[in-house]
Amino acid sequence: MALLEVNDLHTSFFTPAGEVRAVNGVSFSLERGKVLGIVGESGSGKSVTAYSIMQILANTGKIVGGSIKYNGQELVNAGEKVMKTIRGNKISIIFQDPMTSLNPTYTIGHQLVEAITLHTQRNRKEAWDRAVEMLRLVNVNEPEKRMKQYPYEHSGGMRQRVMIAMALACEPDILIADEPTTALDVTIQAQILELMRDLQKELGMAIIMITHDLGVVAQMCDEVIVMYAGSICEQGTADEIFYNPKHEYTKGLMRSIPTADTAGTKLKPISGTPIDLLNLPKGCPFAPRCDNAMKICLHERCETMTINADHQAACWMNVKAAMEKEDQAASENGEGGDIR
Amino acid sequence: MSEKKIDTLVEVSHLKEYFNINTGMFSSKPLKAVDDVSFSIRRGETLGLVGESGCGKTTAGRTILHLYKPTAGEILFEGKPVKTKADIHEYRKKATMVFQDPYSSLNPRMTVSDIIGEPLDIHKMYSNRKEREERILELMNRVGLNSEHAARYAHEFSGGQRQRIGIARALALNPRFIVCDEPVSALDVSIQAQVINMFDELQDQMGLTYLFIAHDILVVRHISDRIAVMYLGRMVELADAKEIYEHPLHPYTRSLMSAVPQPDPKIARANKRIVLSGDIPSPLNAPSGCPFRTRCPHATPACAEAMPEFREVAPGHFAACHRVAELG
Repeated sequence: MALLEVNDLHTSFFTPAGEVRAVNGVSFSLERGKVLGIVGESGSGKSVTAYSIMQILANTGKIVGGSIKYNGQELVNAGEKVMKTIRGNKISIIFQDPMTSLNPTYTIGHQLVEAITLHTQRNRKEAWDRAVEMLRLVNVNEPEKRMKQYPYEHSGGMRQRVMIAMALACEPDILIADEPTTALDVTIQAQILELMRDLQKELGMAIIMITHDLGVVAQMCDEVIVMYAGSICEQGTADEIFYNPKHEYTKGLMRSIPTADTAGTKLKPISGTPIDLLNLPKGCPFAPRCDNAMKICLHERCETMTINADHQAACWMNVKAAMEKEDQAASENGEGGDIR
Repeated sequence: MSEKKIDTLVEVSHLKEYFNINTGMFSSKPLKAVDDVSFSIRRGETLGLVGESGCGKTTAGRTILHLYKPTAGEILFEGKPVKTKADIHEYRKKATMVFQDPYSSLNPRMTVSDIIGEPLDIHKMYSNRKEREERILELMNRVGLNSEHAARYAHEFSGGQRQRIGIARALALNPRFIVCDEPVSALDVSIQAQVINMFDELQDQMGLTYLFIAHDILVVRHISDRIAVMYLGRMVELADAKEIYEHPLHPYTRSLMSAVPQPDPKIARANKRIVLSGDIPSPLNAPSGCPFRTRCPHATPACAEAMPEFREVAPGHFAACHRVAELG
């Protein structure tokens, strides 16, 4: 049994302008000790997927369908009482902005101790020791001194370490990291990513890494989910997604990032602008921006197809490719002397 | 030497920008945001300027445009110094800026046509209203905005489109030189590529020269001819883009280049990252001697004594490190 199983998740926000369908039928499973990356652009539903798992959606947001199972236990509609035993204990989350996720009016120590006493049976003294131990684990130097300081006395990288320490204090099985290094500088990002990798190996937890940075995904993740307009376009192992992309959106994304080899050449951007979630089209959500869109793409959404054991994609182009192969094989058999 | 002079569009020498920070009721201390920076930008090239937050790259860009009055140093544009008020007024027709945040750099109470038209109004670049309208529509066309959008307000546009409005405004006066301060870092990957290509095309069409400030090294590597690296207000290395990316000489540049997350799992796994310890020191209490010595894996006691000179260590390759010859 997978550690976390998400099945056909639908999450919507009910706004005055109408229902914004932020997540539309997302399914995936996460094994113990794996690092899963969720990539996508702003508005693709990657963060809302994470917030749905934690059930920390804004007031207007609601899970309207599907199931989320942690260790076989259903979390959707399980109630706040159950979620309180899950959040922080079993599944923890760290947010993008370390500047605003800590309370500026309390010391670091106070906030760490609060989190630990809330979730475990430890008394304040034990919680304090545990907090110091956690800060040491995330390479904060002079942790005893740091405990008595306020967040403003720490740099961005230091605050993100504190957030990680807080998230890991109760030894969760799953750590959800929502753009954990986006607000940080490159050299600090390298420190934090290395720290997360080391801790993941040491503690054996699973990580869901939400990011828009394909570089971070390449460095950190075993498996990758690519999202667009609330749906999964493609999922598979990192190698499959990077070297053998099978969805037009993923291919476009890979083409549009600058690398060392693109200098002096033109990038190949995806045309158009992201889709309006209030008016999702009937067909493939990416079709309006897709250079290779066919008629079927505009009025019928492609089912998720298995490419191989490590790879699934929802793109009609794969059917087209299969048909072409079929035709070719037929003509080869029929006429015998075709070029290929 | 005379040939080199013609080639240079912008020359910055010993530029300093200090801000006074109050440290007590009656005491203040200079924050050396940009400290003794010298470089030149050739006509038609893109000079990338990279560094981490707080290194002074944005301040450098703004001071070069005289948005801040330089504390010391000189800026030469087309060989002539920019000093007096009249110089600056003239200079601003030829040197403009594209800002980082497309959300806060456009006035929410102005229509797109007024935003793009404002520089034209200030510099009185038209003789009648019709000419103004035509110029605005031409600019909108040039950056790929639909002319029907002229009467709309900035909030009606997506981030990528807003950045196009900001670029149209920067192009309004037919400038020669544009300082681009993180122009794509607020945009999504797919939109980012569209805007980068547009910068490329505009440069080809209009012969523009860019100072391209960014923290994303892959973007800078893509767009720049040469790259300069700043650390704590000082320039630590400057070289050809390919050269600095493949053979960085300064230990800081080395760690910076190795820290770039490569969008390729095999390269990323094989990559030997030089992970620096510690954070950037506060520019209010910069270390003595070499500013990088507190995080440098190769620092010696000598590094604490003297500031390394920013000098040409190979043809066209400048670096400021005492040990550059040994480490090379």
